Amino acid sequence: MQYDLTSLQPVLPEIFMLGAACLVLVVDLFLSPRTRNWSYGLTLAALLGAIAVTVWTAGPERQLLFDGSYVRDPLSDLLKLAILGVDLLVVAYARDYLEQQGIYRGEFYTLTLFSSLGMMVMASADNFLTAYLGLELLALSMYALVAFDRDSRKGAEAAMKYFVLGALASGMLLYGVSMLYGATGAINFPEVAAAIGSGNVDETVLVFGLVFVVLGVGFKFGAVPFHMWVPDVYHGAPTAVTLFLGSAPKIAAFALAIRLLVDGAGGLSAHWSDMLTILAVASLAIGNVVAIAQDNLKRMLAYSTISHVGFIFLGFIAANDRGYGAALFYTLVYALTAAGGFGLLTLISRKGFDAENLHDLKGLNERSPWLAAMMLLILFSMAGVPPTVGFFAKLFVLEAVVHVDKVWLAAVAVFFSLIGAFYYLRAVKMMYFDKPFDTQPIVASVDSRLAFSVNGVAILLLGIFPAGLLQACRAAFGG
Amino acid sequence: MTADWPILSVTIWLPIIGGLLVLFSGDRAPGVSRWMALCFALLTLALSIPLYTGFDSGTAQMQFVENLPWIPSFNIHYHLGVDGISMPLILLTTFITVLVIIAGWEVIQYKPSQYMAAFLIMEGVMVGVFAALDAMLFYVFWEAMLIPMFIIIGIWGGPRRVYATIKFFLYTFLGSVFMLVALIYMYFKSGSMEILVFHDLKLNMTEQVLIFIAFLLAFAVKVPMWPVHTWLPDAHVEAPTGGSVILAAIMLKIGGYGFLRFSLPITPDASHTLDWMIIAMSLIAVVYIGFVALVQQDMKKLIAYSSIAHMGFVTLGFFIVFMIFARADVHGGAVLGVQGGMVQMVSHGFVSAAMFLCVGVLYDRLHSRQISDYGGVVNVMPWFAAFMVFFSMANAGLPGTSGFVGEFMVILAAIRADFWFAVLAATTLIVGAAYTLWMVKRVVFGEVGSEGVAALQDINGREALVLGSLAIAVLILGLWPAPLIDVMNASIGHLVQHIGVSKL
Repeated sequence: MQYDLTSLQPVLPEIFMLGAACLVLVVDLFLSPRTRNWSYGLTLAALLGAIAVTVWTAGPERQLLFDGSYVRDPLSDLLKLAILGVDLLVVAYARDYLEQQGIYRGEFYTLTLFSSLGMMVMASADNFLTAYLGLELLALSMYALVAFDRDSRKGAEAAMKYFVLGALASGMLLYGVSMLYGATGAINFPEVAAAIGSGNVDETVLVFGLVFVVLGVGFKFGAVPFHMWVPDVYHGAPTAVTLFLGSAPKIAAFALAIRLLVDGAGGLSAHWSDMLTILAVASLAIGNVVAIAQDNLKRMLAYSTISHVGFIFLGFIAANDRGYGAALFYTLVYALTAAGGFGLLTLISRKGFDAENLHDLKGLNERSPWLAAMMLLILFSMAGVPPTVGFFAKLFVLEAVVHVDKVWLAAVAVFFSLIGAFYYLRAVKMMYFDKPFDTQPIVASVDSRLAFSVNGVAILLLGIFPAGLLQACRAAFGG
Repeated sequence: MTADWPILSVTIWLPIIGGLLVLFSGDRAPGVSRWMALCFALLTLALSIPLYTGFDSGTAQMQFVENLPWIPSFNIHYHLGVDGISMPLILLTTFITVLVIIAGWEVIQYKPSQYMAAFLIMEGVMVGVFAALDAMLFYVFWEAMLIPMFIIIGIWGGPRRVYATIKFFLYTFLGSVFMLVALIYMYFKSGSMEILVFHDLKLNMTEQVLIFIAFLLAFAVKVPMWPVHTWLPDAHVEAPTGGSVILAAIMLKIGGYGFLRFSLPITPDASHTLDWMIIAMSLIAVVYIGFVALVQQDMKKLIAYSSIAHMGFVTLGFFIVFMIFARADVHGGAVLGVQGGMVQMVSHGFVSAAMFLCVGVLYDRLHSRQISDYGGVVNVMPWFAAFMVFFSMANAGLPGTSGFVGEFMVILAAIRADFWFAVLAATTLIVGAAYTLWMVKRVVFGEVGSEGVAALQDINGREALVLGSLAIAVLILGLWPAPLIDVMNASIGHLVQHIGVSKL
C-alpha cells in the first residue's frame, strides 16, 4: 500500500497535535519563568487549533487508515472534540493555580498536550496495538504529571503508586489482548469481531482473555475493585493535575472500552456485560458509601468518580447502541462536571494555601455568590437533580437499562444515587449555610473565573436543552 | 381553547427569568431587589388571570396547550396544558407567591436578593409542575423545586435549619427517584412520555401495583401522609415564614395533584385494590395527627400537624371513590369526594398560608414560637387578633369559611362509602376545633402574658394587606365556592369516569 499525503487527512488532528506539542516543548525551553505565559497561550492555541482541525476533518463516514489500524468515524470525532474541549477548560483553570503554588513550569503544557495526543489516538484506535500505544502515551504523561510538584512527598508517593499499579494493569490488559489475539489470530478490531462471530474460536480462551481486558479497562476507569489508586492519586497530585486526571482521561477510558469491548469483543457481550454488572454495582455501592466518610474534598470527589463510573458501566451493560450512546453522554457530562468540581478547588486556592478540604467550601456564598452558584449547579449535577444535565445523564442510562428489562439494576442505581445525594448536599450546605472557615478574599484570575463560569452555565444549559448533545452521542453509534 | 400567546410558558418562565435578574441585582441595593421581585410576582399573577377568564369549563380537554419537541430522540416533549384540576392550583401559586414576597419585605435582611430570587424561581417551577403534560417535563420541574426550597430553609431558617433542610431534601428525593423508575418503565412500554398516553396504557396487575407503590412513595412523602410525614414538622418549624407558607400552601398540594394526575388514572386497578391502605393512612392522619397537634407547644409545629390532618382529608376524598363505586345504592358520590379533596386543597392553601403568616407576624416581633411565651395578644394587637381568630375558625372548619366546604363535601362522600369512615373523619371537626381554638385561647386571649407581649405593636399596613387579601379569599371560597367547583367539574367528572374503567 502506498501513501500519498492526501490520504493522511483523517489523521490530521493527531499530526497537528504532535506538531503543536513539540512546538510548545521547544518554545518553552527558551522562555524565562516571567514569560511563561507564552507557553500557556500557545497551548490554548494548540487546543483550539486541534478542535478546528478535528471539526474540519469530521464527517459522517467511516475512514480506515494504516492497514486498518486507525479509524476516523463520528464517534472518534465526538470523543476528540470532547477531550480537547475539556482540556481547554483544564488548561485555563490550571495556570493561575500553578503560578500561585510555585510550580508554574512549561512541562505541564507539554505533558498535557502529549497526553491529549494519547487520548486522541485511543479514540481512533482500530486495533489492539494502536489502542495500547495511545493508552501508554496517556499513562506515561500522567505518571509524570502526578509527580509534577517534585518537592511534594505526597505527590511522589501518589505518582509511584499510580505508576506501579498502572503498569500492572497495563500488563494485565496486554495479557488479555494476547489471549484474544492468540485465539482469533487478528489484531484489527473488525477482524477480531468477525473471528469471534464465526463461532470457530475456542470460547474458553476468549473469555479467559476477556477477563483480563475487562480488568484493564476497569482499572483505567477506576471501577471497584480496581479503584484503590483513585483516591490516593487524586489526593496526592497537585489539584491542577487531579483536575486533568479526573476529567478528560475518563473520556479516553470510554473510548478504550468501546473500541476493545464493543468493536473488538462485541460478540462476547453476554460475558462482559455480566462482568461489568458486578463492577458497576460494586462501584455504585462503594463509591457512594465511602464518599460520605471523606472530609477531604479531593478524596470525596475521587469516590464520587468511582460511583459515576458505575453509572457509565450500566450503559455498557445494556449492550446495544442505545446504551452506548447513553454511556457516552454520561461520560461527557461527567468529564465536564468533574472539571468544574476540581476547578473550584484551583480557584479558591491561593499563594501559600492549597484548598482541598471540605471545610474550605464553608461560607462560599458569602465570599463569592457567583462561584457558589456555579458550584451549586455542579454539585446538583453530580447528584443528578434536574434541571442540571447530570439528571439527563442518569435518565438516559437508566432508560437504556430498563429497556433491556433490567429494572432491578435501575432500582439499585437510583438507590445508591440517593445515598450519594447526601454528600453532595453536605457540600452545598457548607457553601450556603455555614460561616466561612477561611475569611481571606478569593484570589483568582480572570481566565480561571471565566472557565468556571462557562463550565457552570454549560451544565445548566445542557440540562435545559439536552437534545443536541444527546443527538450527537446517538449519531456516534449510528442511531 | 388556546390563547394567541403562550400563556403557560410565560407564567413559568417570567418569574424564573425575573428571579435570575433579581439574583444578579445583588444586595447592594436591597430596595431595588425587593421592588423588582414584587413587580415580577405581580406581573406573573396578572398574566395568569387569563387562565381563569379564558377557561372553558365545559370540557375536560387540556386547554392552553403548547407542544414543542424537547428531546426528540426520546420522544420527550415540552408539552404544557391545563384542565380544571391544575388551573386553580396554578392561580393559587401565583397568588400566594405575591403574598410571600410582600411578607418577606422587611423581615429578610440577610441577602434579600437571593431570598426573593429563590421564591420567584420556585414559583415558575411550581407552575411548571402543574402545567406539564409530559411526564419527564413534570419530573424535571418536580425535582427542580427541591433546590430553591433546600436553600430557602437552609439559609433563612431557624436554629436547626440544616438538619431540617437535609431531611426535607432526602425524604422527597427518596420518594421521587422511584417514581422516575416507574416513569421510565412506562416509557419503555408505551414509547411515549405523554401523561395522557400513560392514562390509556394497558398494564397488568403486577405492573400496576409496582407503579402505584412507586408513585405512592413520591406523592405520600410530598402530601405528606402518615407515616412519612415526619419531615414536615421539622421543615415547617425551621423554615422562614415565607418558606413555610409555600411549603404548606403549594408544595403539599403537588402531592395531592400527583394522585389525581398519575396514580388514579394510570393505575386504577391497583388504586382500587390498595385503596384500603390509603384510606387507613388518611384516617390515621386525620384522627391521630389531630391529637398530636393538640399537645404541641410550638405554634408552627401545631399548624404543621394540622396541615397533615387536613391533607388526610384530601387523600381520603380521592380514594373513597372506589368504595362508592362498589355500593350500588348510591350515585354521584364519587365525584363529590374528589371535588371535596380539591376544594380542601385550595382552601388549605389559603388557610395554612394565613396561619403561618400570623405566626410569622408574632415571631418577627418576639422571636419566639412557643405558645407559652404569649397570652393576651388581643389587648395590644386588636387588628391582628381579629385576623388570627378568623383564620383559626377557618382552620377549624367553621361554616362560612373555605375550610368548611371541602371537609363537608368529603364527609358527605365518606358517608356514602362507609358510615364509620364519615364518623372518624368528622372527629376532625371536634379535634381540629380543639387544637386550633385552644391555641388561640392561650395566645390571643387572657391576661397579657409578659412584658414582651405588652410592648407588641399591632400589624402595619403591609401585614394587613397580606392577611386581608387572604381573609377575603377564605370568605369568598367559603360563602360562594361555585366558581371553583364549576371550573373543575368537567375534569373531575371525566377523571372519575376514567378510573371507573378497569385497565385489565
